[in-house]
Amino acid sequence: MTPREIADLLAAAFGQSVLESKTEGVPNPWAAVAPDRVRDAAFFLRDDGRLQFDSLMCLTGMDHGGGTLGVVYHLDSTTLGHKFVLKVKVPAADPRVPSVEAVWKVANWLEREAYDMVGVVFDGHPDLRRILLPDDWEGFPLRKDYRVPEFYNGMKVPY
Amino acid sequence: MGLLDQRFENGNVFITTADNLLNWARLSSMWPMQFGLACCAIEMMATGASHYDLDRFGIFFRGTPRQADVMIVAGTVTLKMASRIKTLYDQMAEPRYVLSMGSCSNCGGPYWEHGYHVLKGVDRIVPVDVYVPGCPPRPEALMEGLMKLQEKIRNESLVQRPSPLATAKTA
Repeated sequence: MTPREIADLLAAAFGQSVLESKTEGVPNPWAAVAPDRVRDAAFFLRDDGRLQFDSLMCLTGMDHGGGTLGVVYHLDSTTLGHKFVLKVKVPAADPRVPSVEAVWKVANWLEREAYDMVGVVFDGHPDLRRILLPDDWEGFPLRKDYRVPEFYNGMKVPY
Repeated sequence: MGLLDQRFENGNVFITTADNLLNWARLSSMWPMQFGLACCAIEMMATGASHYDLDRFGIFFRGTPRQADVMIVAGTVTLKMASRIKTLYDQMAEPRYVLSMGSCSNCGGPYWEHGYHVLKGVDRIVPVDVYVPGCPPRPEALMEGLMKLQEKIRNESLVQRPSPLATAKTA
């Protein structure tokens, strides 16, 4: 199935909730959906017989700057052999995105990493805590406004 | 024993100082703690394996800090790991030595500017005896570092052991 057809299927199923899509002239064709419909869109992409996106290859947390965070989902269908990218943007002031852990189990750790680094909060995640940094770390280091602390547990951090 | 065999005429009597004897024993059996933090650990393993063969210097990796004399900090010390390293160092029996292997552990290495999660030098938490530069250092470099440590031990004295803090100040 071509990226255009996938985007059209998504648009037909979710209408106004598909905010934007680009399927030509980009290496990874994508569609952006409204944050509150991400989980529904994920279930649709996985379960629809024409799409069968059974693999979440990568989940990335983003800081787009200007007070906007985002999550990018790289999907793959191992049965049909096509790929697609799902995107979502949320305000940094209230960065809540529904978890897709129930759709793809691998999202459990990937969402924990996105939370750890960028601070996206995944609603419905069964165990949302830091995965790489220590539990008592303050702040989200891959945010653009992050400042390295002077000390961590009494250890000087800057060079 | 090959070096000493058939070399003495009057039995097994040797005359030496207590310092020399103790230092010789210590520097001939430096047992490092067996742990690695990053890519430097690969070079450390290569140094321990048959080609470079650390065993010939009496250097055997030990699985517990209680039995270890030397801590080879081989790799990037993250802030998360730093408190563990301090604990392990505290668990080692004295006399204990620390060899900092590679740029990361010496000064933060490539993470010196943007590594928000990296300790910029393991000497910020434990006293370091020998620094081995390199990214990562070749096995020869690590061996030279261990030889330097042997030299340091050879010059120690029971009467006055230079404290790590004192050497850090004069350095």
